[in-house]
Amino acid sequence: MTYYAGDYDVAVIGAGHAGIEAALAAARLGCHTAIFTINMDAVGNCPCNPSIGGTAKGHLVRELDALGGEMGKTADACFLQSRMLNRGKGPAVHSLRAQIDRRRYAETMKHKVELQENLELRQAEITDIQQTEDGYELTTQMLAVYRCKTVIIATGTYLGGRIFVGEVSYEGGPDGMFPASRLGASLKALGLPLRRFKTGTPARVLRRSIDFSELEVQKGDEPPQPFSYETKSLGENKVDCHISWTNDATKQVILENIHRSPLYAGKIEGVGPRYCPSFEDKIMRFKDKPRHQLFIEPCGENTEEMYLQGMSSSLPEEVQLKFYHTIKGLEHCVMMRPAYAIEYDCVDPTAMLATLEFKDFPGLYGAGQFNGSSGYEEAAVQGFVAGVNAAKRVQGKEPFVLSRSNSYIGTLIDDLVTKGANEPYRMMTSRSEYRLVLRQDNADERLTPVGYATGLISKERYQRFLQKQEQKKQEIKRLKNTVISPTEEVNRILVSRETSEITTGVRLIELMKRPQLDYACLSPVDTGRPKLDANLMEQVEIEIKYEGYIQKQRKQVEQMKKLEHKLLPSDLDYKTIRGLRLEAQEKLNKIKPLNIGQASRISGVSPADISVLLIWMATNKENNHDNA
Amino acid sequence: MKNMNNENSTIAAISTAQGEGGIGVIRISGEEAIQIADKIFQNINGKRLCDMKGYTAAFGKVIANDEEIDEAVALVFRAPHSYTGENIVELSCHGGIYLTRQVLRAALEAGAVPAQAGEFTKRAFLNGKLDLTEAESVMDLISAKSRSAARSALYVKEGALRKKISGIKDDLLSLTAHLSAWADYPEEDIADVSDEMISDVCDKAIAALTKLLSTYDSGQAVKQGIDTVIAGKPNVGKSTLMNLLSGYEKSIVTEIPGTTRDVVEDTVLVGDVILRLSDTAGLRDTEDAVEKIGVDRARQRLSQCGLLLAVFDNSRPLDEEDFELLDMSREVPTIAIINKTDLEGQSDIDKIKKKISNVIFVSAAKGEGREEIIRAVEQVAGTQHLNPSEGILSNERQRNNVKNALTSVEEAKNALFMGMTYDAVTVSLEDAISELLEMTGEKTSDEVIDRVFHNFCVGK
Repeated sequence: MTYYAGDYDVAVIGAGHAGIEAALAAARLGCHTAIFTINMDAVGNCPCNPSIGGTAKGHLVRELDALGGEMGKTADACFLQSRMLNRGKGPAVHSLRAQIDRRRYAETMKHKVELQENLELRQAEITDIQQTEDGYELTTQMLAVYRCKTVIIATGTYLGGRIFVGEVSYEGGPDGMFPASRLGASLKALGLPLRRFKTGTPARVLRRSIDFSELEVQKGDEPPQPFSYETKSLGENKVDCHISWTNDATKQVILENIHRSPLYAGKIEGVGPRYCPSFEDKIMRFKDKPRHQLFIEPCGENTEEMYLQGMSSSLPEEVQLKFYHTIKGLEHCVMMRPAYAIEYDCVDPTAMLATLEFKDFPGLYGAGQFNGSSGYEEAAVQGFVAGVNAAKRVQGKEPFVLSRSNSYIGTLIDDLVTKGANEPYRMMTSRSEYRLVLRQDNADERLTPVGYATGLISKERYQRFLQKQEQKKQEIKRLKNTVISPTEEVNRILVSRETSEITTGVRLIELMKRPQLDYACLSPVDTGRPKLDANLMEQVEIEIKYEGYIQKQRKQVEQMKKLEHKLLPSDLDYKTIRGLRLEAQEKLNKIKPLNIGQASRISGVSPADISVLLIWMATNKENNHDNA
Repeated sequence: MKNMNNENSTIAAISTAQGEGGIGVIRISGEEAIQIADKIFQNINGKRLCDMKGYTAAFGKVIANDEEIDEAVALVFRAPHSYTGENIVELSCHGGIYLTRQVLRAALEAGAVPAQAGEFTKRAFLNGKLDLTEAESVMDLISAKSRSAARSALYVKEGALRKKISGIKDDLLSLTAHLSAWADYPEEDIADVSDEMISDVCDKAIAALTKLLSTYDSGQAVKQGIDTVIAGKPNVGKSTLMNLLSGYEKSIVTEIPGTTRDVVEDTVLVGDVILRLSDTAGLRDTEDAVEKIGVDRARQRLSQCGLLLAVFDNSRPLDEEDFELLDMSREVPTIAIINKTDLEGQSDIDKIKKKISNVIFVSAAKGEGREEIIRAVEQVAGTQHLNPSEGILSNERQRNNVKNALTSVEEAKNALFMGMTYDAVTVSLEDAISELLEMTGEKTSDEVIDRVFHNFCVGK
């Protein structure tokens, strides 16, 4: 017998990284919100690597922070070691990554959720979803029924989860949790296009069973940088990571046992990511590579569990141990948790709009791995966007859509809903065509005004942001107006940096433009410099040095915006447009792009089809009043 | 949109170049194409075109006003399996301007409307039968006047240019993928990218793109022809030479100097190159008012031409007028043609060779030396190395893409030289790639990322 248990504006299924951001955003925007977790001890869990950020993912975390999300602050609070990756490769690809204490991270997040006004955290497996006249009804395994105006599905790898370790296979969620085994059927019955994806995680081994003596040490940056624009200082790095390499013996073990891999034996139907291959995948796909690198990372301060980054596997437990034992430093390692592959249900994201709402199910949203992405950070940003949109919908406000030209978040979502995902989608800097503009250092400049307008950035924080912008403006003005005389001291610096000497007075900004020079080396001669925030200095430096490129990309952004302002009606049947190729008609009818810009990015829609669409729009202008 | 035919109308046009070739083809396209053709075509076996399947042919007569115009083969294509995606009948008749026009007129009287320029292709394009590159090369195919131009346009469509572009694009993609993998997977042991690697790939791409660009002008020479002037003192044999090139008598040839009083024009095919040839009056000063006009025009024409065929008389010593011609040859690409090799040599050939590097010997009167002229013309036009099967740029849009790609690669190289970080270099390389992709109508989207995963073992 079911019983009626309550009403919510927004209900979030799943309390992982996507679900948490979704629920916090919705509750903070004033919606009566519930978040359901299968296990109270799994809230904010990091079932894979004990780190947040990384290339492009670091951008996502900074952007989320600039919008008013929680991941960055929590990562800062639980940080163990922090590094800015890609220093020296250029500001577009600088990415922050922090090792975190995974238990403390989960605990901190759970506590924030518990403390959040308007938000109720409940342990319950949602087993059924029904569409009603004004929303959805969710039923739990305890037969409680909740009536919800909007629902956000953020089920991660729990939905229909199945674990594979060699010949062993069973229904299960991540980290030994129960899977959500009944909701999938209900979603299918509702009409969502589900499919199977696969991912995996390496073993955790006992710290004191590792011989670190001959391993390369990887230390954090000094001083470490925080993710959040609101975090003043992180203190010192608390741990080291270590690097080791596989060898011929490792490869031999894999080759001898590859037939025992469920993937190679054909037992896994889910599509795994190319970029996060199991170790046996790496060996099979790149047979000529003599060795592979692995990182040994601590899972926390109060644990001896160590994570073996790069060594994920779905081979049998004893084979795992055998190949780990071939690796320098791990010869006698004790395995605490075996590596496993997990297969799960997720949805074809092209069924969604850029708001992450399903086109055919008003008020139903998806976020995170359920949408076909991979990674904590990718999940968190989608959760935020879905949560804000659910709230906006409840409140009858304009939807919240980020674009490719203002953020990696917008790029990620546009890729998902326009191109779909054939494998779990991971963010990469290469995915952004505007990456010299969308940098991790200027996420606040791009998105804090958006966050403020949305209602998730406080007035105080916004004021601080405006002050910083004003300070930046003043500083650029100062650099333009300050003339540096050709003194011996100046030229000594220039020569030491291998750049040409000056013979007449030169404006400071001209010196800053030289790739060889920066704030740090010019400080002895830049005597009038005010005290400046490190992030502000970074932004100013980059903007001066890359001015030409930034302007060029801004122009491209403007061009793209023109295409994005050519709106396509959402009820248009593309089959009625003469001249569109059949493939294009089908794709366009499936995706229902919001504008010509999005249409042009759909695979199977050729420039010729776009010409036809433009011709059609030109000839049917009078019929298009619904989206003027 | 005023000038466009209604898209429901059935259109007809002569689809072979007018006045050339042995067969004239009248193409009728549209919903009513087959019915209209039935009105003017009588199948020899009595079967109506309406009763025939697509991809079939019939032999018969074209009839208008109860009179037989010509014999013809009718090809029937049914929508959507035709060039335009509509019903098409193609009537191939015996050719000749007069006959083909008669057949077309019959089709128009039977209910078709004249096709606008490029309308078949436009319909093919709108019906999704062609991509942009293809559509454009078909346009070029239509207007191509010479054998070689037709060949080159065909090769673009069939992928010669596409292949060449792909080669350049591939190198840039591999480099960009390497740069991306190196940036996106800093903790994988991906080989460092070095300045030398980037600069090598850039240099190679710059060379290839520059070469491709340089073929554009030669390509234009092949397709549209070169303004060519034949000049030389009176009675040096210009008119005979022109006749040798064109194959029939055009100028009035007499023994009296100054017979050619005005600029005489003709278009001739020399090897693979079209020459828009003008035979001029001599360059000598003259008191005769009428003749003076001719001389002035000749001089003006000469200074503006794309190719000068300077004709010298082997049998007479060089005189003042010859030297004047030699002087003018400095301003334009020139071939010196020493005519009358059948007569005893009196001319100072070395003096000519000092000024003009292309010197050939002919006897126009005896019809000897045409081959030598062809070789020299092809060399000067830059077409002797122009192999249309390698792919040449056929229009301004393609040229623009290649030019932009070249600029971007140069930018990348420049950024490298300036000591900019590789992220800036990568952005320029990506711009170049997307220009090249645009040329062949492909999408930029995931090319680089796909290459990253294909070439590199990355991931945690």
